[in-house]
Amino acid sequence: MKKHVWRPLYVVIGIVALILLFRMVYVPSDFGAQERGYTFGFHRLGNEQDWKNFPAKYKNSEYCNECHDDKYSSIKASPHKMIQCENCHGPALNHPEDPEKLAINRSRNLCIRCHSELYMPSSGRNNIPGIDPQTHNAGMECSECHNPHNPSLEDM
Amino acid sequence: MVEQIAHMVVHGEAWTVKDLFVLPNEYVYWSIQIVLYPYMTGLVAGAFVLSSLYHVFGVEKLKEIARFALVFSFALLPVAMMPLLLHLQQPFRGIHVLMTPHFTSAISAFGIVFLTYAFIVGAEIWFVYREFIVESLLRLEAKPNRSAGDSLLLLIYKILSLGVRDISAEALESDHKACKFMAGLGIPVACFLHGYAGFIFGSVKANALWMTPLMPVIFIMSAVVSGIALCIVCYYLFMELRKWAAKRGKNFFLPDAVAHGRAAVDYEHLRSIQDHEVKMTSKYLLIFMTLAITLEMLDMIFRGYTAVRSWDALRQVIYHKDFAKIFIMQYGIGNALPFLMLLLPRITARRAALASVLVLFGVFMMRWNVVIGGQAFSLTFHGFMEYHMPIIPYDLETFKEGVGGALLVGITPFVIFYFINMIFPAFIEDKTANH
Amino acid sequence: MKRRDFLKNMAVFVSGATVSLSALEFVDPKEVLASNPELRWGFLVDTHKCVGCGFCVKACKTENEIPLDANVTRTWVERYVITKNGQTFSDCTKGALNGFTSELIDQNESGMKLVPDKDITEAFFVPKLCNHCSNPPCVQVCPVGATYSTADGVVLVDRTWCIGCGYCIMGCPYGVRFFHPVVHTADKCTFCYHRISKGGNTACAQACPFGARSIGNLKDPDDPVTKTVLTERVGILREEFGTNPNCYYLGLSKEVR
Repeated sequence: MKKHVWRPLYVVIGIVALILLFRMVYVPSDFGAQERGYTFGFHRLGNEQDWKNFPAKYKNSEYCNECHDDKYSSIKASPHKMIQCENCHGPALNHPEDPEKLAINRSRNLCIRCHSELYMPSSGRNNIPGIDPQTHNAGMECSECHNPHNPSLEDM
Repeated sequence: MVEQIAHMVVHGEAWTVKDLFVLPNEYVYWSIQIVLYPYMTGLVAGAFVLSSLYHVFGVEKLKEIARFALVFSFALLPVAMMPLLLHLQQPFRGIHVLMTPHFTSAISAFGIVFLTYAFIVGAEIWFVYREFIVESLLRLEAKPNRSAGDSLLLLIYKILSLGVRDISAEALESDHKACKFMAGLGIPVACFLHGYAGFIFGSVKANALWMTPLMPVIFIMSAVVSGIALCIVCYYLFMELRKWAAKRGKNFFLPDAVAHGRAAVDYEHLRSIQDHEVKMTSKYLLIFMTLAITLEMLDMIFRGYTAVRSWDALRQVIYHKDFAKIFIMQYGIGNALPFLMLLLPRITARRAALASVLVLFGVFMMRWNVVIGGQAFSLTFHGFMEYHMPIIPYDLETFKEGVGGALLVGITPFVIFYFINMIFPAFIEDKTANH
Repeated sequence: MKRRDFLKNMAVFVSGATVSLSALEFVDPKEVLASNPELRWGFLVDTHKCVGCGFCVKACKTENEIPLDANVTRTWVERYVITKNGQTFSDCTKGALNGFTSELIDQNESGMKLVPDKDITEAFFVPKLCNHCSNPPCVQVCPVGATYSTADGVVLVDRTWCIGCGYCIMGCPYGVRFFHPVVHTADKCTFCYHRISKGGNTACAQACPFGARSIGNLKDPDDPVTKTVLTERVGILREEFGTNPNCYYLGLSKEVR
């Protein structure tokens, strides 16, 4: 076998060396098999912190209570006590700095999520008082008659 | 706040129609480009195996088509990458497969196997054409008035020679041995190149249609089938064009400098080679077709027999929704009909070429029925999805994953072959008796 | 003689060094610790309590910036209606983003199905989300290491590294993954990692008015989620795939897909 047959191999080795060199520069230094091993934990470690830094949008009702204690107590005394403020008022974000005001969602669609009557025997849905959205004051906002913080008409 | 807002179309939504109970995130994510990817790599692997039948096993009768198969295989290689680049949501990050391969994933094998295969085919072509490269080099250097094309060709040959100009009998003998070694080494790599494509699907336990250990073997067999069929069709067509040109005293697809005089424009000579090579190759096509169909039938029968939880949904896809695509197009027109055509006595080159066209169609439908068929039913087993391939594109995505992208992938190998053929003439006739 | 001795000693030294060095590979202290950390997130879904209001889906999309008008979601609620003659009808319009407000069951191309109340024998809702499996098949099939499992068991996607091949989406038996329409990488529920790692609650569990969802530490025996999982009859989804999911279901029924 003459020596020239090895030339293509040298070309290949050269190309592979270039790829490995490029890899040293391109791949982030914290990339590797972390705690969960190679199969399930092969990743760039810094990404875990990236996800932890993702901005939160919602606070929770206790945060709202710090200023709006009157609204908080009123809903807590009603059958709607288990609903989070932000479910109807949108995420707090950086309120009161930004946004200054939170929208009040008065849309009918919000209420019929729970209150459109569906026959669902093996589910908690059956225990919720409901109406037929097509016939019950169609087109009107529910809050024109029902105060969401005190929805029962008898109590009003 | 009104809930009905203008609709943002997500990837897959434009070409997926859902029926009955389908989960919200389910779409046909792997569409035409993922059908084309195993198809193209199958053609690459199959063409290479055909070429190796000559170089390794010394089937003398396949000498001419073997050379063509080798060069065409090399032209197909870059095209094998195209469907992936067109499919990726982040195509510029494609090199990540080489940078941080996660070897527990079958797709990570792509980078390494593909490169290895490219190196092997490249090396083999170098050994096969080295004498030609050096001869062309010397011829062009000696030429007094070089055109711009000549100068470019000279530069290319100078680089390709890798600094070696020895074409003594001893050197050529070494070349032949090395070529045989490369061809032999390339066969398992070609099998791996396509076996892993089958493994990509066969190992997905979440997909009831794809999950079977038979998948890698089915893919390899149908890859070889498609590769051989493609070489038959292309060789036949190219020779038809050369015959047409020869009748008019012209020489197509072979640089004049290498065409050995009258033989290149001798109609009878070309016809006899075309006839002989195509008929010989069809015999090998039949063998691999038998293997491929046996495995596919085995898989189908097992599924129906064991009838596991997913069978109800699969049955509806296989025997109802996709019945025409599977039994008429793939098995009927794409398998049974060409099988008959190749078995009937007094085979002609034209009949073999026609049968091969049908085989290519059949293998394409097989890829379609696996990839798209696997997404035709929902994970719930109580819903279905239909893939409507975008024909007229209205944005980049519907072009890439529609007929436009498919045509681009289909045409490119021929464009590349046209140019590679100028450097490595595929139709050159090897005067040396031994391989 | 000297050369032979030298070679023999070299051979012994090399093989000895190889064995001891390879022993260091066998027992990786980091992996030992990871197999028994003090924190392992788990989720509990109570399908008895779910009323199909869809507040969880809306909260999740808002919190995690998944466009409301895009038909993909990190979590969803399915409705099951079972009739007296044993048929099951299920739907999940827009992932229940707007809740379930009509008795008409959405069968997509097959239209809307009206099941009369008198025919219904059983009907319930099933919320679904990423199970953050201990043996996640989606992580196994990622070709570039863009998705992974953290030491505390949360499966995440690195948006800067994902190439968007979609193998993880095909690999998930639960259908929880999708392509994010803005970022153009794979995406899925993160257990609101940015909230729970700071002592907060997941957006979906917090928004649920009926307590159908809760997150907890499966390694803490005093955690309410852990206590329920250990003492009550809970189910998991698609156990046959060996994924070891960490979402547990109360009231799981045979009809649940």
